[in-house]
Amino acid sequence: MMAEQTEPRPVAMRPRMKLHRAVWPLLALAAILIVSGIVSPGFYNIRIVEGRLFGNLIDIVYRATPTALVALGMAVVIGTKGIDLSVGSTIAITGAVIAWRIQMGDPHLVVLMMALGAATLCGIWNGFLVAGLGIQPIIATLILMVSGRGIGLLINLLYGGTNPSFESALLQGLSTGHLMSIPTRLFLAAAIFLALWLIIRRTALGLFIESVGGNAAAANLAGVNARLITFVAYVLCALCAGWAGVIMTADTHTSDPVSVAMYIELDAILAVVIGGGSLAGGRIHLGMTVIGALVIQALTTSILISGLPPEYNLVVKAVVVLFVLLLQSDNARRAITSPFRGRAR
Amino acid sequence: MHPKTIFGGAVAFAATIAATMASAQTIGFSQVGSEGDWRPAFSANMQESAKEFGIDLKFANAQGKQEEQLRAVRAFIAQGVDAIIVAPVVVTGWDQVLREAKEAEIPVFLVDRDVDVEDKTLYVTRISADFNLEGKLAGAWLATESKGTCKIVELQGTTGSAPAIERKKGFEAVISQFPAMEIVATQSGDFTTEGGKKVMEAFIKSTNNLDGICASFAHNDNMQLGAIQAMKEAGLKPGTDVQMVSVDYVPAIKDALAAGEANASVELRSAVGGFIYPIILDYLKSPTELDKWIVIPSDLHTAN
Repeated sequence: MMAEQTEPRPVAMRPRMKLHRAVWPLLALAAILIVSGIVSPGFYNIRIVEGRLFGNLIDIVYRATPTALVALGMAVVIGTKGIDLSVGSTIAITGAVIAWRIQMGDPHLVVLMMALGAATLCGIWNGFLVAGLGIQPIIATLILMVSGRGIGLLINLLYGGTNPSFESALLQGLSTGHLMSIPTRLFLAAAIFLALWLIIRRTALGLFIESVGGNAAAANLAGVNARLITFVAYVLCALCAGWAGVIMTADTHTSDPVSVAMYIELDAILAVVIGGGSLAGGRIHLGMTVIGALVIQALTTSILISGLPPEYNLVVKAVVVLFVLLLQSDNARRAITSPFRGRAR
Repeated sequence: MHPKTIFGGAVAFAATIAATMASAQTIGFSQVGSEGDWRPAFSANMQESAKEFGIDLKFANAQGKQEEQLRAVRAFIAQGVDAIIVAPVVVTGWDQVLREAKEAEIPVFLVDRDVDVEDKTLYVTRISADFNLEGKLAGAWLATESKGTCKIVELQGTTGSAPAIERKKGFEAVISQFPAMEIVATQSGDFTTEGGKKVMEAFIKSTNNLDGICASFAHNDNMQLGAIQAMKEAGLKPGTDVQMVSVDYVPAIKDALAAGEANASVELRSAVGGFIYPIILDYLKSPTELDKWIVIPSDLHTAN
């Protein structure tokens, strides 16, 4: 992916090491899919049902979309050496705004704009706390994380909120609809990915973000407005979460602020890390982050299909994630392979 | 608003409270939180029917945290309320605070969930629905409807939660009486619409479009609503191809029942204030030994 261009590469590394970052998450994804194929016969079947592609592999891509969008935004924020814990709350608020404004009878295109506007406001708030006031990102975004779902509930209460469900051809079309048998949300996600990629990789912003994440003081001295860059990163992240919120809310056509997208921040951070991002900042791998989200969803779908009792789900997920991260760790790989190589480094 | 107006309003408000306190019974109610559709409806009903019974209700939302709840109960004790109602967040850790209430001679009533205390005299009674009975009712309806032959997929509530455990037990207790009834797939949908939809999507694939499946049993309506959406998107007809039975009877499932997309829902009554308050008021008038569990009856609703 493009991310490798800007990645500082130690001189001592041999050229073939360059491949590795992309290889390990893809290998993990392949391994999960192969094991699922053995455990659940017919896992790879894809057919057309109701005019749309239908099958487990489609489900994985389909269900990974919201997580992938959130993770893309998270990758940008993590690139600044920050973190955004409030993405789940941003989704809850977005969903509550959608249900509320539709109940109020606004045109649905306006509702979509309002929902994304609400998400942007969440980003501006986080950006203000982190870049404006200089509060530690984990604490700054924790504020919205704990209050956001409450705000969502309050929005539901604006119209009674006992049955916050709605019907919307436009929003459901964007989320659960299909175009040429392919789910619409994939086109939507691809467009957002492309837009983000252009902003990050075809303007100087990506370089600025990575320089701020690498060393904010040095970036500042070099003439980069570190505070502005950080602010923009949080707004971008919230906007990505807002789109995920639109997809998730339209998916179930209901606003459920208490439980929608619960723990999505953790999945998003995990996707960034599986994709080779470092919480120490300074790197943004957009493409690999999407692979990371696919790894997580492939795992979730595989467990659901396998018929494993639900008590084991999270434990199995944790073990597999640990395995993937071990695969990615240079140190762990070296420790495992060095006795067989017969030469010490 | 002018500061004076606010102040004046506050004085008038305080006066109103003081006036009502003089005549009415004061009851403190510590609620779990406001998750899902059912609990906010339950809270609203408790507050509304308190007015009807002339009760001065002090309502505290614990936001799902036990420490918040313990603090609320201690505040009620300090205020010297006539009775305390608790909908416990968790079952354990109640001995100390309930002892404090007992020493202050304030009777404690449990609603909804149970507590695990050694000394059962620490609370008067628990007034709640019986999750196990709800599961049994769902199972009994399905056994009748399917004439005792049915392959079932189950959408469980949050793994390890009391309603999930009890509804499953109750349901299984009934269907185990019928050799041709069995649960062929079961997964947790975490009591959410999103969770129910994801799990049903997976079931649809793992059972080849629900081939041979006669029913979907969901531990709550929200998950069933998600399952209905997943089935419709896969071109299946919920309610016709597959019998849909769930628990809670929330407003959205009423619409689904009317549309024939759901078949039955066991009502977890949210309008229970009219059931709970008379028991408490009678006890306050003349304290007598009550059963440790007073079950609020459950009703099963079908499309017609």
